[in-house]
Amino acid sequence: MFQIEDLYVTIEDQEVLRGINLHIKKGETHALFGKNGSGKTTLLMTIMGFSRYQVRQGRILFLGTDITHLPTYERAQLGVGIAFQRPPTIRGVKTKDVFRVCAGGKMSVEALAFEYGFENFMDREINHGFSGGEIKKSELLQLLAQDPKLVLLDEPESGVDLENLQLIGQIIRRLLQKDQRRVDRTKAGLIITHTGYILNYLNADMGHVMAHGQVACQGHPMDILEHVKKSGYEECVRCLCFQN
Amino acid sequence: MPLFSELKEAAEKSRDKKAAIGPDLDLNQFKRQSEDWSYDEGYKSFDAQERDHLLRAGIELTDEDHAGTFLQADRSIVHCKTSQPGLEIMPITEALQKYDGLPEYYWRLVNVEADKYTAAAELSLDNGYFIRALPGARISQPVEACLYIRTDGLSQHVHNIVVAEPGSQLHIITGCTTHPGVTSGLHLGISEFYIKKGAHLTFTMVHNWAENIHVRPRSAILVEEDGVYLSNYIVLKPVKSVQMYPTARLAGKGAVARMNSVVVAHPGSELDLGGRVILEAPHTKAEVIARTVTTGGTVISRGHLIGKVPQIKAHLECRGLILAPKGLMYAVPELTGEVAGVEMSHEAAVGRIAQEEIEYLMARGLTEDEAASTIVRGFLNVEIEGLPEALKEDIERTIQETEKGL
Repeated sequence: MFQIEDLYVTIEDQEVLRGINLHIKKGETHALFGKNGSGKTTLLMTIMGFSRYQVRQGRILFLGTDITHLPTYERAQLGVGIAFQRPPTIRGVKTKDVFRVCAGGKMSVEALAFEYGFENFMDREINHGFSGGEIKKSELLQLLAQDPKLVLLDEPESGVDLENLQLIGQIIRRLLQKDQRRVDRTKAGLIITHTGYILNYLNADMGHVMAHGQVACQGHPMDILEHVKKSGYEECVRCLCFQN
Repeated sequence: MPLFSELKEAAEKSRDKKAAIGPDLDLNQFKRQSEDWSYDEGYKSFDAQERDHLLRAGIELTDEDHAGTFLQADRSIVHCKTSQPGLEIMPITEALQKYDGLPEYYWRLVNVEADKYTAAAELSLDNGYFIRALPGARISQPVEACLYIRTDGLSQHVHNIVVAEPGSQLHIITGCTTHPGVTSGLHLGISEFYIKKGAHLTFTMVHNWAENIHVRPRSAILVEEDGVYLSNYIVLKPVKSVQMYPTARLAGKGAVARMNSVVVAHPGSELDLGGRVILEAPHTKAEVIARTVTTGGTVISRGHLIGKVPQIKAHLECRGLILAPKGLMYAVPELTGEVAGVEMSHEAAVGRIAQEEIEYLMARGLTEDEAASTIVRGFLNVEIEGLPEALKEDIERTIQETEKGL
């Protein structure tokens, strides 16, 4: 469903991603680990096609289409959706207006907001004065409205209290059709997580550890998490050295 | 209260006094003669083109759905009507006669000696409105007031006084505009607002001038205990120059002032706008918010909050978007805290639309142009109760035209 082949990316001429390969099948959820600055967010932003991230080599394939050089909105229209870690505040633009853009007339965003207790935020300017948890909720509800096939989540649990973590987990489960059998699922997900808390709700299929712009290690996400907690990310870098 | 002769004398001294800020104007370049337009009970003297033009300033030319109406064309009062009990509307000249010169209100907030424009308004007054909500009166529908320049090259001088008596509620929509055939002129407008204890005044002013019109409003506001003053200022159409810096004094405990302005500066326009609030009593609150866009004109966006006592809260916000290569935007936010215990903040941002914001919306499926339009639309979003549908549609059209400059 989604494939990255030998991807090299620069930001302002600085090489940030160096030869990334990734393959996510329909119905799968992959987790992305790594230290700050290892390239995780860059990878997600590149998949989404933001202008700051220049692809120097390699390609990104989604549902058989090469999307490497497509504009962001075309990727979104094809079915790639992202929940940002730190989305911008856009003064004057109301949350409900952005939700409506996401829904494209396919659903009632008011009903969606009501379902998740978000109705009081709909008339507020998008992300303005939102707490960390409210931002995450807003981002994920936008994705529910958008209904993407490939769900990219950048630290969906950061800034969320334990009580709301469960709700965030539920929304992600819904986004990724986790209550369906894997063969029946039509979606896939790639999730950046630092703490791994969110994985308690998701049952992710595969984990990747990034270091220095490369995928340093791959394996079962819970195993990786346990390993990182115990030995730190340096172990994974050694793993990369071993592979090379 | 100075005598009339003293006011004239003071004004005489300031006849040639330049304003502290804003481009200086030679008042002699404007006409002071115009036709005397007759009173028009049924608004029959306005042709379709004029009606359309007035609508763009929010003026519907109907007494329906309005608590009262006032229309001054050039120097003449052509319509003035009150439709709701508890509301008084009359030409200022009539009010000065009826109330012995309005000693409590006339030139009590604006200094007649301030500059040549205040002086000219006193030395050579055309008219203006006196609008008063009586104590406890809840005026549910908006009052429509219009100051209209019908003669090319005219200098129109008005003095307005608005009084919201204790416990009253009032919403005034003032449309200032020109005849479609008028291209040049000057509007001098003195406005003094009195919001008494527990009263609530919303004042919405829409400017829809022409490309060579100069505008010099001189406004001041006094808000007493628990009074609320909300002002909305909208100028989206070309005008040669506007310079105004209204000052509100929050003199009573719990008084509130909010000033919002939404401004588009077209090529050739020079707009020097702002709002100053002096917080003199505890628990007073103020908010001055300016959203300005330039498509090639100049905008100076000023704001000044002065906290004189503890336990006040005030916020100032100047945000500007430059949507053309040569637009100029100058934001001047000022805060003065004179004692400990004041809580004041300001936020100023000038620039183009952030790429990050555009891409955020593109990630939701909008094209780059659609994303930029959504941001500009949000930026200029005007949600003011009581605005006529036609004006809202016109604002929407203006926003669309503004977006073309992106």
